[in-house]
Amino acid sequence: MSAMAEAAHRARADADLSPVIEAIPYARLLGIRASHRGELLFHLPPKPGNVGNPTLPALHGGAIGGFLELSGALHLVMTMDVLRIPKVVDFSIDYVRAGRLQDTHAACHVVRQGRKLVNVAIQAWQDSREEPIATARAHFLLE
Amino acid sequence: MSEQLTKLRKLSELMVKANPGDHFHALGMRFTAVEEGGAKMQLPYSDAIVGNPETGVVHGGVITALLDSCCGFAAISCLDHLCFCPTLDLRIDYMGMAVPGRTIYAEARVYRSTRHVIFCRGKAYQDDPQKPLAYCVANFAQLDPEVVKNLDAQIVAVLDSMEDAG
Repeated sequence: MSAMAEAAHRARADADLSPVIEAIPYARLLGIRASHRGELLFHLPPKPGNVGNPTLPALHGGAIGGFLELSGALHLVMTMDVLRIPKVVDFSIDYVRAGRLQDTHAACHVVRQGRKLVNVAIQAWQDSREEPIATARAHFLLE
Repeated sequence: MSEQLTKLRKLSELMVKANPGDHFHALGMRFTAVEEGGAKMQLPYSDAIVGNPETGVVHGGVITALLDSCCGFAAISCLDHLCFCPTLDLRIDYMGMAVPGRTIYAEARVYRSTRHVIFCRGKAYQDDPQKPLAYCVANFAQLDPEVVKNLDAQIVAVLDSMEDAG
């Protein structure tokens, strides 16, 4: 079993994604965290390295996009019996509010799971879940 | 070179260099060309941007950030004043995986600019521009003229002060 498959297996057994997050350099760069209390949620603490516009200050759109794409992939690692990090096929994001430099959260929902392709919807919010800052969807390839 | 283009090129430098430790620095993105209605960027490979530690392949989020930045700058480069345009939405189709260790290049162009929305397309590639890793479409909002009325002058003042400081 590969190191990643082992980390994924351990994460599912312990309901703790940290071994997988720690193994992914880009996940550490963003500073993503996961919590699993009833519902699997992802968190992005405010970090200077994710700022795109210093005057507001606001998160870089790419950092928000990366956070949601990574949340989608990690959601699949946690909820499906995958041995590798799923490959992203396409990704689409709507930015509906400014992403300020503060705690950002994300929740994922598997819309459709096919044999190879999975459609995932991902929503991000800051102060209130009723006021999302971005919504995204992605197709991932499971191998 | 037009005065506006000179200002835009300075602004592109300012954007990636002015704030050490921001997302441009964290990923290592920089501009290589700015024209009216178009921009080019590049991102060298680094260990910090890897999304799959078993293969060393760069994470898709890195390409999202690169194409968002590149399309966003292309969007403002077709305006007659210095401004920022927030991203409305962006879609990326991944055609192939980035080869570990190699620089990723991005190109973006505005294909339609209207009073409220600027429509852009972009692509990311490594060695061969004809074989992109990813294509993207991204739309940007034109801010209310009232809101941006003084923005051009403010940005020019910042660019001038940077120049004075050397």
